[in-house]
Amino acid sequence: MTVTREAVEQWIRAYADAIAEHEQALTQLDMAIGDGDHGANMQRGFQAVLSRMSSVAEGDVGALFRMVGMTLLSTVGGTSGPLYGTLFLQMALQTQGKRELKPEELEAALRAGLDGIIARGKASPGDKTMIDALKPAHDALRQALHQKASLGEALRRAEEAARAGRDATIALVARKGRASYLGERSAGHQDPGATSAHLLMECAARTWM
Amino acid sequence: MDSEGNSAEHLRSSRGCCLKKLINNPQNVVTEALHGMAAAHAGLLKLNVEPPYLVRLESPVQGKVGIVSGGGSGHEPLHGGFVGMGMLDAACPGAVFTSPTPDQMLAASQAVNGGAGVLHIIKNYTGDCLNFEMAAELARAEGIEVEQVLTNDDVAVQDSLYTAGRRGVGVTVLVEKIAGAAAEQRRPLKDVAAIARTVNAQGRSMGMALTSCTVPHAGKPTFQLAEDEMEIGIGIHGEPGRRRMKRASAAEVAVMLVEPILADLPFQAGDEVLAFVNGMGGTPLLELYIMFAEVARILEGKGIRIARSLVGSYITSLEMAGCSVTLLKLDEELTRLWDAPVKTPALRWGV
Repeated sequence: MTVTREAVEQWIRAYADAIAEHEQALTQLDMAIGDGDHGANMQRGFQAVLSRMSSVAEGDVGALFRMVGMTLLSTVGGTSGPLYGTLFLQMALQTQGKRELKPEELEAALRAGLDGIIARGKASPGDKTMIDALKPAHDALRQALHQKASLGEALRRAEEAARAGRDATIALVARKGRASYLGERSAGHQDPGATSAHLLMECAARTWM
Repeated sequence: MDSEGNSAEHLRSSRGCCLKKLINNPQNVVTEALHGMAAAHAGLLKLNVEPPYLVRLESPVQGKVGIVSGGGSGHEPLHGGFVGMGMLDAACPGAVFTSPTPDQMLAASQAVNGGAGVLHIIKNYTGDCLNFEMAAELARAEGIEVEQVLTNDDVAVQDSLYTAGRRGVGVTVLVEKIAGAAAEQRRPLKDVAAIARTVNAQGRSMGMALTSCTVPHAGKPTFQLAEDEMEIGIGIHGEPGRRRMKRASAAEVAVMLVEPILADLPFQAGDEVLAFVNGMGGTPLLELYIMFAEVARILEGKGIRIARSLVGSYITSLEMAGCSVTLLKLDEELTRLWDAPVKTPALRWGV
């Protein structure tokens, strides 16, 4: 099975819907350990993405990812803007000129996006960030594809890994971002970035089952 | 923008039920405030709407280092109130408490580049750092020379490998003024950046809150403080501080803020300092002067001379009640640059 350009668009649209649905919840999580703007920022960014979707209707997967990345970069601000912006811009570089992606091409794109976030944010697993959901998700996806699982099954395992990673952030003490100012007081709260990152994987699994 | 029919609806909505603010629509507060600033100070600055930034009227000034700062809105007059002669050339406002985006910073840098390069003054918050980093990459790719200076003066934050580092707070105002004066004297970019770094290295701050602020789009207070409580060591976004405690007198608060500052650099007997007592937005000048008197008394007791002073609300946190204290160790050059003429909406002397 390959992922068509139309299917990638469905994924982005599903994610925009999920952000709209969870805006308040993301903001509540951020108020506990940050400054309470994650939901509002992501909502602003993905509403802008939706409004520009028709501008890339003729483009390939790379063009679509590039539009998403540039739009997030110029509308979100905070840490989510550059980090999610980098994720999609790196995925765009991997998928230029492609109208559809083989599962391993999707995995390679996600890998490039994750590497981009790590390079930009200089965070490591365990710092209580979005990486704690995205990295296990990518690891699970790669392993499942290596074991010849179907794309749907591989994404199901990736979503599970992202969920477990997200839940594991609750116990962690933040070492990056504004939550790090709280030190030990940041433990006991789920990380908002890991939560929105899990939603991204959940939408992929749901879209491509 | 629904300035007529729907605006009252926004304030009554479930999210905005407790929102008692002089606004039209929580979504539009920054844009509408920027239009107001541009209209009120048309002789000093102009507004670029898309992407948003405030820029000194006569920009770019040929041969002068352009000074750009920016950050989340809600800290007024920082940064837009400091755009003008002798201070900032441009300010990039983000959403409330959210850093601006790289395209804003790039456009502002282009607008103020008079051929001598551009200095970015950045408060040490992860979002500001990431966005300014990307902006610098983009500006350099267009051939603009860029230097970046981080402010990180907040002694309330444990500075270690396990945090994002100290926050940039009150010293940011002093860096903008002093680096702005150096740029006005046509010093080269490397020198202006070095002076800015010196100010940051010699300045320390600490703040406290009596009440929380309410971010318009969040619609409810960022944190809960009981009537008889205060929080020591807060940041400028309603971030929790070092500890929460029972309300104390101005004299006791002054000790709690000044002692950690003095110990940190450390400041010593014989030092000359600039003492800056800053209001967080909801505290009247009357109380800030009481705080200044207490700070002055402590410093006098330690043999530290207040050579220059600044009292008022310059780096705020919406309507939060509370204050911060910043001390900057002065030398002859920094004092001269501090005294140099400045003409901006919020800071003006010597002209």
